[in-house]
Amino acid sequence: MAQEKNDKKTEQNPDDMSIITEDELDSQFKYEILKEPGGENFLRCMQCGTCTASCPVKAIDPDYNCRRIIRRALIGDKEHVLNSKFIWMCSTCYSCYERCPQDVKITELMFALKNIAVKHGFIHPSIKAQVTLLEKFGALSEISEFENRMREKYGLPKIKQSPDRVKKVLEKENIKEIIEGDS
Amino acid sequence: MHYALFLGCTVPARSLGYDISVRKVAEDLDVNLIDVEGFSCCGFPTASIHRETSFALAAINLCLAEEKGLNIITLCNSCTAYLTKVNMILKNNKEMFERINEILKSNDLEFRGTIDVKHISRMLYEDIGTVRIQKTVKRSLDGIKIAPIYGCHYLKPSSIYNKFDDPEMPKSLDSLILATGATSLDFPEKILCCGGAILAIDENASMGMTHIVLDSVKSLEADAMATICPFCHLMYDEYQITIGNKYGKDYNIPSLFFTQLLGLAFGHESKELGLKFNAVRTKALVKKIMGGEQ
Repeated sequence: MAQEKNDKKTEQNPDDMSIITEDELDSQFKYEILKEPGGENFLRCMQCGTCTASCPVKAIDPDYNCRRIIRRALIGDKEHVLNSKFIWMCSTCYSCYERCPQDVKITELMFALKNIAVKHGFIHPSIKAQVTLLEKFGALSEISEFENRMREKYGLPKIKQSPDRVKKVLEKENIKEIIEGDS
Repeated sequence: MHYALFLGCTVPARSLGYDISVRKVAEDLDVNLIDVEGFSCCGFPTASIHRETSFALAAINLCLAEEKGLNIITLCNSCTAYLTKVNMILKNNKEMFERINEILKSNDLEFRGTIDVKHISRMLYEDIGTVRIQKTVKRSLDGIKIAPIYGCHYLKPSSIYNKFDDPEMPKSLDSLILATGATSLDFPEKILCCGGAILAIDENASMGMTHIVLDSVKSLEADAMATICPFCHLMYDEYQITIGNKYGKDYNIPSLFFTQLLGLAFGHESKELGLKFNAVRTKALVKKIMGGEQ
């Protein structure tokens, strides 16, 4: 139910400002974040907004607001945080990370939130597609005979892609199951 | 000097001009770049999904370079940050060191922590030095105004880079540009994010971010932009016309990899530096640089 409600919330208004009621909150969420690598300093946030002021994504899309994401995470608005497109919109530029006066390590926190979101079955389709490419080529792009002919023409050494090692790691880590989520 | 050359995923697929020009200028500076068979993704793309997996993917490459006894030279800013970060964590965190080595066993690899990772621009700045670069210049870029584009992960997170440059007011790329005889433009947007990382997530936001920087460079009447990352190049060069159309601007700013500009200063011709792979035409710029030569 909560899931359905949140889908609607996200569709209608990406950062719905309507009043959040207590029963929508998960008081344990902050502990889940603290345990996730990258989330260790998360409770230090004092909501000063240096992150949003430094954010180049926010400069273009005012709806993207990392301070607000942290606030929502702090109060336990779990579904909204994990099911939102916003956590995927961090461009990982590390501007906020460098400037945060509380050393919240926001870029790392965003990675932690994304890792948690994936565990709960929320993953951006473009990220999912990258895993398929990695399994196939060991890289995000295929270097085919065509590219290699071009390389030869310009005196560059041929590239022999070898996905085997990458594949073994992905299999050992059960990445397929991880990206399908378990919740 | 010998290094393992780490191309990453994007350079061989979309940035041949970078690949070609890096090898050219390395030759001029007696730097031996060695291609290592088996190099794969740096791991960064999976950092959003599963941290441990991304560390293991990075470690594959670190191990292969260790086996050759070579430090890694990277071309992509994101590969640089990720390989540097994972290398640092595995060297310092025993628990993670053991965990990743356990995962790598099935690949007959073992991380030992014996090598370092550096971006090509940092290598030119620190290991070659601007004095030697100046001495290698055969065709000064005097009178050419260049906008340095640092990108994000070349400088940040600064904690993994031993503060080799200031993330807020960097100067390493400016110094390299000055060594070619060109003018390096100072503008606050030179440290802004190109938006490339979220192109597949939100195209509008991504292109909007690029346009802020292009606007600034245009207003400075720059002759060219110098990029050091294939993602910045993708946005500032490949997407420049699309972004110009979207915002009703005619930018027409040649956006070159720094090593392409350096190659021109070292006396090479356009075709030796893969300039034909650049989307924004560079002919007028090259003509200006050649001046009376032709």
